[in-house]
Amino acid sequence: MNAIATDPAIAGRPAAARAPSRFLGLYRRGGWLALGAFALITIVVLPALHLAFPAGHPLHVSSFWIALVGKIMCYAMLAVALDLVWGYAGILSLGHGLFFALGGYALGMYLMRSIGRDGVYGSLLPDFMVFLDWKAYPWYWAGTDSFLYAAALVVLVPGILAFVFGFFAFRSRIKGVYFSIITQALTFAFMLLFFRNNTGFGGNNGFTDFKRILGFTITTPETKAALFAITAATLTVTLLACRYIVTSKLGRVLTGIRDSESRLAFCGYNTLWFKLFVWTFSAVLAGVAGALYVPQVGIINPGEMSPANSIEAVIWVAVGGRGTLVGAIIGAFLVNGAKSWFTGAFPEYWLFFLGAIFVLVTLVLPRGVVGLWSQLRGRRG
Amino acid sequence: MTAFLAAVRRAAAAIALAAFALPALAALDANAVRKLGADDTDDKLAGIATLAESADPAAFAVLTALADDSLAVLKDGRVVIVAGTEARDAATGAPVTAGAADREAITINNRVRRALADALAVLSLVSPDRAVRLASARSLQKEASPDLLPLILKAADRETDDEIRQLLVVAAAALQLQDPDAKARLAAVKRLAGSDSPDIKLVLSTMLEKKPDGSFNEPDADVRAEIATSLRAIESRLGRLEVVGNVFSGLSLGSVLLLAALGLAITFGLMGIINMAHGEFLMIGAYATYVVQNLFRALAPRALDWYLAAAIPVAFLVAALVGVVLERSVIRWLYGRPLETLLATWGISLLLIQTVRTLFGAQNVEVANPSWMSGGIALAGGLVLPYNRIAIILFAALVLAAVWLVLNRTRLGLFVRTVTQNRAMADCVGVPTGRVDMLTFALGCGIAGLGGVALSQIGNVGPDLGQSYIVDSFMVVVLGGVGQLAGTVIAAIGLGEVNKFLEPFAGAVLAKIAVLVFIIVFIQKRPQGLFALKGRSAEA
Repeated sequence: MNAIATDPAIAGRPAAARAPSRFLGLYRRGGWLALGAFALITIVVLPALHLAFPAGHPLHVSSFWIALVGKIMCYAMLAVALDLVWGYAGILSLGHGLFFALGGYALGMYLMRSIGRDGVYGSLLPDFMVFLDWKAYPWYWAGTDSFLYAAALVVLVPGILAFVFGFFAFRSRIKGVYFSIITQALTFAFMLLFFRNNTGFGGNNGFTDFKRILGFTITTPETKAALFAITAATLTVTLLACRYIVTSKLGRVLTGIRDSESRLAFCGYNTLWFKLFVWTFSAVLAGVAGALYVPQVGIINPGEMSPANSIEAVIWVAVGGRGTLVGAIIGAFLVNGAKSWFTGAFPEYWLFFLGAIFVLVTLVLPRGVVGLWSQLRGRRG
Repeated sequence: MTAFLAAVRRAAAAIALAAFALPALAALDANAVRKLGADDTDDKLAGIATLAESADPAAFAVLTALADDSLAVLKDGRVVIVAGTEARDAATGAPVTAGAADREAITINNRVRRALADALAVLSLVSPDRAVRLASARSLQKEASPDLLPLILKAADRETDDEIRQLLVVAAAALQLQDPDAKARLAAVKRLAGSDSPDIKLVLSTMLEKKPDGSFNEPDADVRAEIATSLRAIESRLGRLEVVGNVFSGLSLGSVLLLAALGLAITFGLMGIINMAHGEFLMIGAYATYVVQNLFRALAPRALDWYLAAAIPVAFLVAALVGVVLERSVIRWLYGRPLETLLATWGISLLLIQTVRTLFGAQNVEVANPSWMSGGIALAGGLVLPYNRIAIILFAALVLAAVWLVLNRTRLGLFVRTVTQNRAMADCVGVPTGRVDMLTFALGCGIAGLGGVALSQIGNVGPDLGQSYIVDSFMVVVLGGVGQLAGTVIAAIGLGEVNKFLEPFAGAVLAKIAVLVFIIVFIQKRPQGLFALKGRSAEA
């Protein structure tokens, strides 16, 4: 655990004394500028370029790029959520894909219902229910035709599951690799459950063929651009919120838990509630990321819950540099960018590349790209 | 019945040809054969009945020809079997030279056809071919005319094959249950109480049901009471058999889990290395088996049945070698950093999967069971214990014994235990800890390779083979308690049994989910697993 050097921004800093306000003190000037530039480009510029210029114009941002970057931003949010628990509290989750997928399924239920009678069978029920010869929605689908309720589910379902699971796991002091393995088993169990047709979530195929969201047709460039901008804004807010948490006293306690939980407990902290808070919050973030992912990608299926997906999310954080938050976003963009390029150019080498990243990052780049950069800068200075 | 007839005809074609080839085979009752050519339907029926009772394969050929419309009658009343332009006397098999103009095809009506079907079914009961007898017995059990009862009983007496005899007894009993005499029915019900066939249970319980008009299928109250008694006896016997079957399949699944998890119990349990590539070592073992099998097929096809004997050491060595390379190149840099080890070995597993995919293709490869492994021990009530499952249970026990011996009776085992308990102190007294780490890891991987040999015998061998076992393996080790072989064994067998006993109620997927949830809950209560290490080493 001690391999990670303490973030210089946190180390020995009476935050309130130096910064003019708690919020502005989250980043230094360079950081705010970079973040502002990122937010401006992703929230305003890219969607605007996508809409303002016709296809073929040199300034046009194609829908391929909007879809790809939008998807990666959702992944980046998942990575930030993961970094919050792994990088700061030392809790390595191999099951965050589950929360991501649950958030996606929660919104997916609303999207399925807003298809209305436009499905293949022309029934109010989703096609897969017609196929199973079901006559009515099962009870847990109740109310999902309301967007607000579905949005609440996006937060509540991953949140409550994480809270209950975390409560029991942390209370019996399961930590380290045990916790990781159990989260992996959890997502595996849910994957098996969702693969069943009778679970009522579309089995193998999951949810797809969405038609509209909040009354807007889901495939138009305007809707896509709006979803893109919303995702970018949510990602920015997520980053700031997590930064707020890790630079607060709470964040110091979390880092303490990561570095020496028993010592912290001897000092009189009940670590259970700190861990539980950050764990649940992280799961909710992952759920929101999943909910933003589904309308953009247009499909959610149990494959998202496979253990391999969750562990791949961990490597995004590791590549970017754990315990930095920004690193998680960078890592998500790097790895997924590489994935998209590889699967296009050399599909058979993608797994070699991914496997090599796993090995090399852990062996020679334990602090990730961000760590490498600050190391280089430090050496030069 | 028609589908069955078609099947019988196909089987009978061979017999009919044999009858042609051996004209001296048998002389049938000439009078009976002659009756087949008679104009009167009743005469034909009488002829069929006589021939059916003769239990002679030649009669079978004649009746099959009748059913196929290839029986003809000559002007002099002799009956011949026509095959193309040739004709042979049906009774003696001697060639007949009469031209096509001299003979008249024998036509049959539906009444004859029904009698013919029954007669053929009975006759095929005496066929020397077991498959024909089995098909016939199956068909008789589904549907038979009451007239056949004495013939079926006779065939059952003669039958040497247990499975077929069982079917015949059921068929006969089902016929006896339709007897108008209540006493006969009562006797049949009593006789059936000793049965252990699910089909008889079905027949009996149908008799207890009510017809749409409210009356019972079985009118007699005494018989009904007897049926209830017999049903209880059958049900309890079937229930016991089901328990035996479940215990066996649970034991079999447990052995598979044990073989998959035993290597992990060493690398993870003793050394504390989270080897996410463990499943891929199973896969390597399975592919090594595949390669050895192909070598045998190409170089020593006669010894193919014994390729497993060579595959076992090869799989062990290959997997152990890959393990050594992995330990020296990656894992030893990560000792004491379990989370990093986890990520790095996951990367290794991706590399191994893709390497195998590149070498052998993404499709599953075919690994055949040796011939001595196919089939199984048939127990009563349709319960079969397959030989390959039994072999795996024995194999798991052998591997377990070998591992125990290595850990407790060899110098390496002593070192392994020393390093596990106190690495620094072991180092101080001169134990080459680095070398011991390497060898232990190689041992764990080699055992996974052995597990792969076993898995190749019961499931698909493909690049993703290991992925489906990795979660299970970790569950077994975590549940059993780290560092304890006994815990691993009990956890593996226990999980196997629980899984198989849940499956009938919940279905395979829900049973698996229930087991995973159970483990998650169990870990809450006993975070150290079933068998926790006691003392100072426990908190390391």
